[in-house]
Amino acid sequence: MAERMQACVMCHGREGRATSAGYFPRIAGKPEGYLFNQLQNFRDGRRRNAAMNHLMQHMSDDYLRDIAVYFSRLDLPYPPTRPSGLTAEQAHLAETLVQRGVPERQLPACVACHGASMAGRLPAMPGLLTLPADYLIGQLGAWQTGLRHAKAPDCMAEVARRLTAEEVGVVARWLSARTVPAGTKPEAAGSEALPMQCGSVAP
Amino acid sequence: MTAWRRAAMWVGGLAGAFALGVALVLWLNVRGEASVTATRPGTAMTPELVERGAYLSRAGNCLGCHTTPGGQAFAGGRRIETPFGAVVAPNITPDETTGIGAWSTADFWRALHHGRSRDGRLLYPAFPYPSFTKVRREDADALFAYLRSVPAVQRRNDPHELRFPYNTQAALAVWRALYFRPADVQASPTRTTVLQRGEYLVQGLGHCAACHSGRNFLGGTSLNAEFAGGLMPDQSWYAPSLTSPAEAGAQRMGREQVVGLLKRGVTAGASVSGPMAEVVFSSTQYLSDADLGAMAEYLASLPVRAPAVPAFSPADPQSLQRGARLYADHCASCHGSSGEGAAGKYPPLAANRAVTMPVANNLVQMIRHGGFAPTTVGNPRPFGMPPYGQVLSDQQIADVATYVRQSWGNEAAAVSPLDVLHVR
Repeated sequence: MAERMQACVMCHGREGRATSAGYFPRIAGKPEGYLFNQLQNFRDGRRRNAAMNHLMQHMSDDYLRDIAVYFSRLDLPYPPTRPSGLTAEQAHLAETLVQRGVPERQLPACVACHGASMAGRLPAMPGLLTLPADYLIGQLGAWQTGLRHAKAPDCMAEVARRLTAEEVGVVARWLSARTVPAGTKPEAAGSEALPMQCGSVAP
Repeated sequence: MTAWRRAAMWVGGLAGAFALGVALVLWLNVRGEASVTATRPGTAMTPELVERGAYLSRAGNCLGCHTTPGGQAFAGGRRIETPFGAVVAPNITPDETTGIGAWSTADFWRALHHGRSRDGRLLYPAFPYPSFTKVRREDADALFAYLRSVPAVQRRNDPHELRFPYNTQAALAVWRALYFRPADVQASPTRTTVLQRGEYLVQGLGHCAACHSGRNFLGGTSLNAEFAGGLMPDQSWYAPSLTSPAEAGAQRMGREQVVGLLKRGVTAGASVSGPMAEVVFSSTQYLSDADLGAMAEYLASLPVRAPAVPAFSPADPQSLQRGARLYADHCASCHGSSGEGAAGKYPPLAANRAVTMPVANNLVQMIRHGGFAPTTVGNPRPFGMPPYGQVLSDQQIADVATYVRQSWGNEAAAVSPLDVLHVR
């Protein structure tokens, strides 16, 4: 399979491990359901990235599933991170948003969906730690402006629209700078319900 | 007085000539049309007819243009970029108000055969009726039966975005008078040769000529330019010549290779990419081996009209040197240090027609955007090429393109950074 996936290596790093320096996200070890949804979203135009839209154009669901399985099973160390550069106050804000959310603004905590350690949650919630800050800001911005979509109901679009520009920047930098212990994996699908309806985890 | 009379005669003469011209254009646009109100017996919507229509719809790749990526089938909305502006494919689901639910078989026949809509409007030839006019009536009826069977989707058509004067019916009437003749089609003969079947599919529903023919500045094609290759309407990819064995001509390919390419999307030494990948993905992979074989036979029978190739002149040695270094760094691990490729995985670049064609668009596109061969039943897990535009500049793309066009026995013209810039 690695030979078939040469097209992915240049941006996503050898075997799907990108660094936190550039714009490209790590895809190794993300939940299969999440990767499959994104591949489909790129093919079907719900997510916009010229390179990805082009590469996915003429692919069957079966092959997209194979690709998702392949990258989800890669177990690779996380890249070293850089300091976030956040002030203590900003770091506190980020941590509050991640751990508790802002209930009075119906803003759920990130951990409620992305897992207590933010390493993702099966079947389809991605881990966000060590992703490039520019990438995270780009995605949240794309949701706010309607450029990125997921299957309806698009829960993350709702969450993104409830975030202020400052909150987006602070959370992205905080997540990007976390170090991840070796062997960190997405959490098992918990029994507790998600705080919102998400089309991307519908059966 | 005589001066006045002479002027009046001139004006009258010119007006008369103009009127005659208009009448001629009008007549050329509607001649041979049967009344759309005439009823036609014997087209009951049987499951067999619908199934045959579904197959024919694959052969014509109706879905390809009439569906947006991720959109509902046949609900329209896809933009076809042309040098005259964008044409937006309409909704052809059986929805009564926004689709073609109110159409009759006769209306559908007139659209396919004469290029006129139900309301009498002339249709833009981005809908390839210059090819579809060769489709027989019973096949048109089967297609229509199939389209009536697909789920109706309410989706209002977006207007075309064409510039003046191309957005006028008058301009279209003149274009049609110059370039469009409804075909003279008979009912299906009881027996046809394989070659005739191939010709019918290639020339008719397959509408291969829509892309693989040269076009003049008005978007018209002449007989000489038929299958002679041409840039896609958005000028991005080049649809190679089917009359030249040095491009995509099938004259010296084995029948199995042509069938394999149309069925699986890859064969030893070749794969489809760009717009042709879409054709294989949503159309030809679904055709029967018999029909693909017939198409291969017809394509192999096209007369060779290879253009004169200018004498080979080697590129600037510095560009070749830079290209060689880039090739060693980025390309050799898959395509081999001598451009030999890896059988069944990565195509060879030595003696590869897609690399050496005079028009280098497709090579530049592949380097810049990469891509996977389409998934097909015969090749469900294709290999892919990275999009090197992410890391290489136009100068570097030009250097490496020049290097592969002039190595291992390849003798094609150099590619300049300006050429690369012009390919989008």
